[in-house]
Amino acid sequence: MNKSTRKSAARSSSGRVKTIDIVNKGLKRRYGKEKRFRFYGLLSIIASAAFLAFLLTSIVSKGYSAFLQTYIKLDVPLEAGMLDKQNPGRSDFQGIIKEAIKDYYPGVTERQDKRELYSLFSSGAAFQLRDEVLNNPSREGSTISLWVLADDDVDMLMKGHIKREVPESQRRLSDKQLRWIERLEKDNRIEKRFNTTFFSAGDSREPELAGIWGAVKGSFYTMLVTLMLSFPIGIAAAVYLEEFAPKNLATDFIEVNINNLAAVPSIVFGLLGLAVFLNFFGMPRSTPLVGGIVLMLMTLPTIIIASRAALKAVPPSIREAALGVGSSKLQVVASHVLPLALPGMLTGTIIGMAQALGETAPLLMIGMVAFIVDIPGGFTDPSAVMPVQIYLWADSPERAFVERTSAAIMVLLAFLISMNAVAVVLRKRFERRW
Amino acid sequence: MQEVVNKTTVEKRILAPRDSRKTIGTIHVSKPRMVCRNVNVYYGDKQAIRNVSIDIGCNEVLAMIGPSGCGKSTFLRCLNRMNDTIDSCWVTGEILFDDKNIYDPSIDVVPLRAQVGMVFQKPNPFPKSIYENIAWAPKIHGIVESKSDADEIVETSLLKAGLWEEVKDRLDQPGTGLSGGQQQRLCIARAIAVSPEVILMDEPCSALDPIATAKIEDLIEELKTQYTIAIVTHSMQQASRVSQRTAFFHLGDLIEVGMTKDIFTKPSHQLTEDYITGRYG
Ligand SMILES: Nc1ncnc2c1ncn2[C@@H]1O[C@H](COP(=O)(O)OP(=O)(O)O)[C@@H](O)[C@H]1O
Ligand SMILES: [Mg+2]
Repeated sequence: MNKSTRKSAARSSSGRVKTIDIVNKGLKRRYGKEKRFRFYGLLSIIASAAFLAFLLTSIVSKGYSAFLQTYIKLDVPLEAGMLDKQNPGRSDFQGIIKEAIKDYYPGVTERQDKRELYSLFSSGAAFQLRDEVLNNPSREGSTISLWVLADDDVDMLMKGHIKREVPESQRRLSDKQLRWIERLEKDNRIEKRFNTTFFSAGDSREPELAGIWGAVKGSFYTMLVTLMLSFPIGIAAAVYLEEFAPKNLATDFIEVNINNLAAVPSIVFGLLGLAVFLNFFGMPRSTPLVGGIVLMLMTLPTIIIASRAALKAVPPSIREAALGVGSSKLQVVASHVLPLALPGMLTGTIIGMAQALGETAPLLMIGMVAFIVDIPGGFTDPSAVMPVQIYLWADSPERAFVERTSAAIMVLLAFLISMNAVAVVLRKRFERRW
Repeated sequence: MQEVVNKTTVEKRILAPRDSRKTIGTIHVSKPRMVCRNVNVYYGDKQAIRNVSIDIGCNEVLAMIGPSGCGKSTFLRCLNRMNDTIDSCWVTGEILFDDKNIYDPSIDVVPLRAQVGMVFQKPNPFPKSIYENIAWAPKIHGIVESKSDADEIVETSLLKAGLWEEVKDRLDQPGTGLSGGQQQRLCIARAIAVSPEVILMDEPCSALDPIATAKIEDLIEELKTQYTIAIVTHSMQQASRVSQRTAFFHLGDLIEVGMTKDIFTKPSHQLTEDYITGRYG
């Protein structure tokens, strides 16, 4: 027995320093550390929640008013036979609207005044009239009362963004125009209604005619292309690299490059798309097809990396069990490994897709920043996507586009949330943790 | 600390080039099912099995014992080429099954493993239903075609594994929900579902309690009438209870082979004696 053990034996026999005392002495410090750590964690969660809440309130408070739009009720007399049956476009709906306005304000005669008066109404009013007449041809020869779109300045006034108190010279509406609007208000001919245009139209130079639907459909088609390409390719690549490929210099090289690709700035993919898909292959510009392919290039590394991690996490004992009964490698992967790895692969896919959904830079390169009014009907129609639409509106000078920008962000978030929800449901279905 | 020192010295000794030691006892049997000759196994440049030659007889239970790290699992996994899954592992020598060297390039591992099944140390049922656990392998081999065939195989396999009574009402429930002992019997049932000829067992009871262990041992007793079994065990009692022949490994060498009752009553090699009397290992 050496000296030190004798000493400690003596100590414990005299009962002065027991292990439990040492443990007890340290306890307070240990718990203190834990408490501090928990406090820091809580603090960071509160901070991020506060930022998120701030962001959301600012977007919602700015954007919710875009869901309403000012309409004006006009009594429009329709003469019998005014509709050119063969070619309805030739009928002068604009003229009829102007007549109806003039009828309502008989006192306005000056040319200048008339122009100011007409500008209270949206140029979309004529289209509304046309649709109304085409849908109900029987109403020809009677007077119909129609709620037509007000101009965006009127809309801004009704929503309080243009103040009546400010001097006329600094206001986008003249005193005269205000008086005309007051008359409409007195007659209950002006009111805010749900803004169907915003959810059904494409882009427009006139804010009251601009809608997000074209961009939503464009984003949908683009995402579909991205998903259809990157999910199967990504998973096939991950499965091959992880389960089948020999471990050698070539596969190491591929692995390094995949990791590098994940860190490449997205605009580079846009340039690549421009050079390869548009200029070399001559694919149509500004289309979801090309946009989807470019975003696929961007999401692939994310999906491959996440899928490989998911495959690595499948316990090797499962593989051995399956190999041990004489299954081929493919049977092991298809029956046992993939089902277990699929939830993780879906998580990676949804992260990649969410990134792709919010991506603007590479799409600018392939012309998706163009001003596109039509709503895309397929993968090869020119179309906008939501983030680019938001970028375009945020850049527009009209006051009415401010609220539409925020509203578009809300729609984008809703799109993102529903995309995630689908992924969560799918993942739950596959996630049978036995 | 002591542990670590031991391990490194063991590794040094394995790494050091030296000749294999001669095996004591008779490696031959009258009716061999598998014949191993001069088998060497390497992990990279490290040799784990040295020049091992042994026969495995038809319908016999061969127990492999030896201190941990001596290469029992490595040798066992050679017998159905499970070692193929380890990239650094390579094998020389001959292992004959049906008079063909299983390491011959013309041999396909899929049918080999269907004939030489394996039960692992840790129970590893598939994360699927009990039914699927049994039925999957026959299905992929095309042994069963109809649902009734599959039902029959599931029932007979579970009956043979002594698990039928316990699980017959819950076949659709996950195999991973069973107790450890039941899981291991499920794995045995899974292995015999494809009617292999040889079953390799790598310490099948090391994760089980004594009652579950006794059940597995009873099961081995019954299985040996139909199958050839090679079992690795760290329990000398188990080896003496279930096996006819015993092989003692030490640092990659096959030191001694013989009838189990001889090995445990009158071992010839000093190392064997030290090991079975508990002085070593
Ligand atoms: N996958 C592996 N890679 C490298 N060395 C291994 C591997 N598996 C086992 N070994 C080594 O081979 C020797 C024998 O191992 P093993 O067969 O598992 O022993 P046992 O089953 O008898 O305990 C040990 O020294 C071990 O470290
Ligand atoms: Mg072992």
